[in-house]
Amino acid sequence: MHILGIDTSCDETAAAVVRDETTVLSNVISSQGIHVEYGGVVPELASRAHLALLLPAIESALQQASCEADSLDAIAVTYGPGLAGCLLIGLSTVKSIAMAMGKPLVGVNHIEGHVFAGRLADGDLAPPFISLVVSGGHTQLVLVEDWGRYRILGNTRDDAAGEAFDKVARLMRIGYPGGPVIDRLSRDGDPGFLDFPRTYLDPDGFEFSFSGLKNAIRMYLSGQTEAEIDRDRAHIAASFQEAVVDVLVDKSVAAAAAAGVDAILITGGVACNSRLRERMTERGAGSGLRVVYPPPILCTDNGAMIAAAGAYRFRNGQRDGLSLSVLPRARLADLNGAGSVATARS
Amino acid sequence: MSASIHADARARPVRRSFDTDGPGQTARVGGRLAAWLAPGDTVLVSGDLGAGKTCFIQGICAGLDIAEPVTSPTFTLVNEYDGRLGRVPVAHFDLYRLDDPESVLDLGFDEYLDACVCLVEWGDKFPEIMPSDAVKVTIEIGAGTRRTLEIAGGGKLVADLEAAVR
Repeated sequence: MHILGIDTSCDETAAAVVRDETTVLSNVISSQGIHVEYGGVVPELASRAHLALLLPAIESALQQASCEADSLDAIAVTYGPGLAGCLLIGLSTVKSIAMAMGKPLVGVNHIEGHVFAGRLADGDLAPPFISLVVSGGHTQLVLVEDWGRYRILGNTRDDAAGEAFDKVARLMRIGYPGGPVIDRLSRDGDPGFLDFPRTYLDPDGFEFSFSGLKNAIRMYLSGQTEAEIDRDRAHIAASFQEAVVDVLVDKSVAAAAAAGVDAILITGGVACNSRLRERMTERGAGSGLRVVYPPPILCTDNGAMIAAAGAYRFRNGQRDGLSLSVLPRARLADLNGAGSVATARS
Repeated sequence: MSASIHADARARPVRRSFDTDGPGQTARVGGRLAAWLAPGDTVLVSGDLGAGKTCFIQGICAGLDIAEPVTSPTFTLVNEYDGRLGRVPVAHFDLYRLDDPESVLDLGFDEYLDACVCLVEWGDKFPEIMPSDAVKVTIEIGAGTRRTLEIAGGGKLVADLEAAVR
């Protein structure tokens, strides 16, 4: 079975072909470099860039997979969550292709896609497990009871972790995107240089908050001269990163213990963070937990994860019609017990 | 009370500053503002990164009985809370990443204005497309968690909000 997967939820134009739910034949990601000068994703630019990049991305995904469009079994596409205009480009394009070629269409929740990236990365990963989905737009702890069945344990109450990286990088004037910049800078810094607050909220709960940390950094920076900030920037970055990582690791490990599961999947763009991987692996080893993190190309937004989730849903009978619409704030919990997106929405 | 917000703004527009001692109090002023709001009303909130714009708006949303967590819309640009989630439909915007008024209008901004209570972060950008009778809240960062709220709106409204920090 060959599934083409498309994701245009934010600033990556992504297309991929996956065979039999678990084998990635191609995974094309056209990153939109245009956003760097703006210090963030600009939705109008993103929509226009998707329009220009999507068809070429699909063509190279098919070509690299040595797969004829005719031999596809279905086309999977992200319907949400994400930026409305961006999602619309992906969904409209896929609807046209599906209709013209007479291929089944499968709508996929982007967050479920991130969870299925774990399945692509590690064939032994089997539910139940805890998934920490952590990116620019999301910070969520999910108990994956089964593929397709999710219990949301906690979300961020304000900023997503990746958003905190971007905003702190902006406060420090060290560039965009904040995640990779801070990760790189932190390798030369002392994570114990500054003791920034760790926000645990309810210690037994799994909700996150990163807005207080952002404010603590802002307050610290406003008391320093530019020369001091420049001198200490690796230390400041490392101390900030450590505060984020501490909370993510502690909450994930506690969630695994509370749910009685023995594996944690970290996925989403922030799962590329080297310190998060290192600390989560250490803690996992100490607590008898298996920690799975997909390679970076499957952590950031990509089409393969959408194809993998779509393949699973296609095998389980999901078919979506041309009436499928984008849902910028789609929620993972809405999928439970639903055979198709259309039913999940009603 | 909500029907009077525009008339109040026309009759006695004022601009006044008052201090809050932390996020709790900042949110409480928002909660008090909620009692005045009905679909068609707009609140423009401005202030630097970390000033507490989202916090203030979380206070408004709590006052509007929105049962869902209210998070930063920096990524999605607009978060909608339909009428089933609270007393009234709410649209929570973040204009931080937008560079021109056209891209705000592309989000369907005009349509939200009449249908929802519109809460706008970085609301001082693009004054040319904002309703003239919007309540304007500017948050200035003070020492530690202290903030100064400068509120421009109708005289009765502002006097009522000031009571939230007394």
